[in-house]
Amino acid sequence: MLAYALRRIAGLIPTLFVLVSLSFFIIRLAPGGPFDQEQALPPAVRSNLDAAYGLDRPLVSQYGRYLAGVVQGDLGPSFRYKDFRVTELIASGLPLSLTIGLAAAVLAFLIGVPLGALAAWRANSLLDHALMSVSMLAVVLPAFVVGPLLALVFGIYWPIFRVAGYEPGELSFLVLPVITLALPVAAYVARLMRNSLQEVLRANFIRTARAKGLSSRAVFLRHALRPALIPVVSYLGPAIAFVITGSLVVESVFGLPGSGRFLVQGAINRDYPLVMGMILVYGVVTLVCNLIADLLYGWLDPRVRFT
Amino acid sequence: MKRRTRFALVVLGLLAALALLAPWITPFSPEHLDWQHLASPPQFEGSHWLGTDRLGRDLFARSMQAMRVSLLIGVLAALVSVCIGVAWGATAGYLGGRIDDAMMRFVDIVYALPYVFIVIILASLFERGSIAALFIAIGAVGWLTMARIVRGQTLSLRRREFIDAAIASGLQTPQILWRHIVPNVAGPVIAYATLTIPQMILFESFLSFLGLGVQEPFASLGSLINEGAQEMESSAWMLLVPATLLTAMLIAFNLLGDGLRATLESRDD
Repeated sequence: MLAYALRRIAGLIPTLFVLVSLSFFIIRLAPGGPFDQEQALPPAVRSNLDAAYGLDRPLVSQYGRYLAGVVQGDLGPSFRYKDFRVTELIASGLPLSLTIGLAAAVLAFLIGVPLGALAAWRANSLLDHALMSVSMLAVVLPAFVVGPLLALVFGIYWPIFRVAGYEPGELSFLVLPVITLALPVAAYVARLMRNSLQEVLRANFIRTARAKGLSSRAVFLRHALRPALIPVVSYLGPAIAFVITGSLVVESVFGLPGSGRFLVQGAINRDYPLVMGMILVYGVVTLVCNLIADLLYGWLDPRVRFT
Repeated sequence: MKRRTRFALVVLGLLAALALLAPWITPFSPEHLDWQHLASPPQFEGSHWLGTDRLGRDLFARSMQAMRVSLLIGVLAALVSVCIGVAWGATAGYLGGRIDDAMMRFVDIVYALPYVFIVIILASLFERGSIAALFIAIGAVGWLTMARIVRGQTLSLRRREFIDAAIASGLQTPQILWRHIVPNVAGPVIAYATLTIPQMILFESFLSFLGLGVQEPFASLGSLINEGAQEMESSAWMLLVPATLLTAMLIAFNLLGDGLRATLESRDD
């Protein structure tokens, strides 16, 4: 198990290398540079700026320097936020983003799993149909529609939560963002859980459990639930990726100072190191979450061997 | 065809017809500034049925123009992703071996990354606001699932006798792919493509919502939602109109795609 985990972690390195290289070279293809302004800079200033940021060197040498920096944990200087390293900028927003993302993921599974189980327990009942219709709606609706609507209803018409002018440490600002992010994931988890339970309930070992005289409640709780969780857990990885992406929108809807805005601002300002840094950091978070999901998967399903 | 699928088709048809015919339905152009009616609420007797925005632009005209943009980008991006996905998946599945391993490994790696990042990188490659750039960028990341589906189908097709016959009669590999593999995977491809369109529309709206997509004076449902969200305290309709349209469109496309997939699956059994 430990050897497997270590091997998987080592396997992340080539993926990250591909990611860093792809983002480095693709972003250099973009027309327009970070120092393009409405009025062109005097050539002397321009060449000094390029020299200061190493942009006058050959591309391969810039790439080498960037890789060397990344290995040492330095993502380079930001072109737009003067005097800040990319690492500092991302570190300033990442804790808030991760808190919202993780809270949303946990909430989604806490809501989705029981609701899905309930729907499967009462399959084809009115409750089941109602739950599945609502969840279809929640899966389809994007965060940038749900977020503003929630803010309108629960922040303005019926001011339970605060939605503008974030103050650090005030939890009331975080409730609606977390719900917005969690909703589609919870709905998807509920659907997965329901379908997977339905399949498990048709399996032979469930018939055996019934045949030996267990009540249907005991069969459901003790035998069906755990194997039914397997597809749900394998959705954990994509769910985290979804939540991280969604946090970009949610932070912008609710005006939260997370790190998501750096990706968007960086792309608008062509601040290459900032965009590459964000992609690398968020890429690492996603890959690590996928890895954790895979390890959990093996723990739940003894048929999976770590080889 | 199930009733839900037919309903979805009718809704989509109506929305598309409304979007396309809008210039003949409303007297206002989406760019016309009506200084007498700044941020006026929807009124069914008056001339601005869905109200106006902060600059006095008619919201009906603007949302219909936004729907045209969203539909156009959605369909074209889905087409781009179908082309890449089918070519990639069919090649990998047909050639097999190392080439297949390498090609699918690439798909796995890209799959592991949140695609919005890749869209943002690709979208920043082009001049901002160009619609061609947008659908190419969005389509260029939407093909991964399509490639997997097509590869799976191709793997089983490759062992069939008619492929052996095609090889024996001396056809070149590209011709076999184009004439014999591609037509045989068309069913699942069409069903999945219908489910791809709403994803593409969603991506486009997402980028426009963040300010990286369609630029002024053009509107997209995403940018209208963004504008509406900023004004929602005083003028909720500016948010509700584009949000409702986008929701209706997404649900209809999803129902249609699910219906098509169910029809195909039951036919295969």
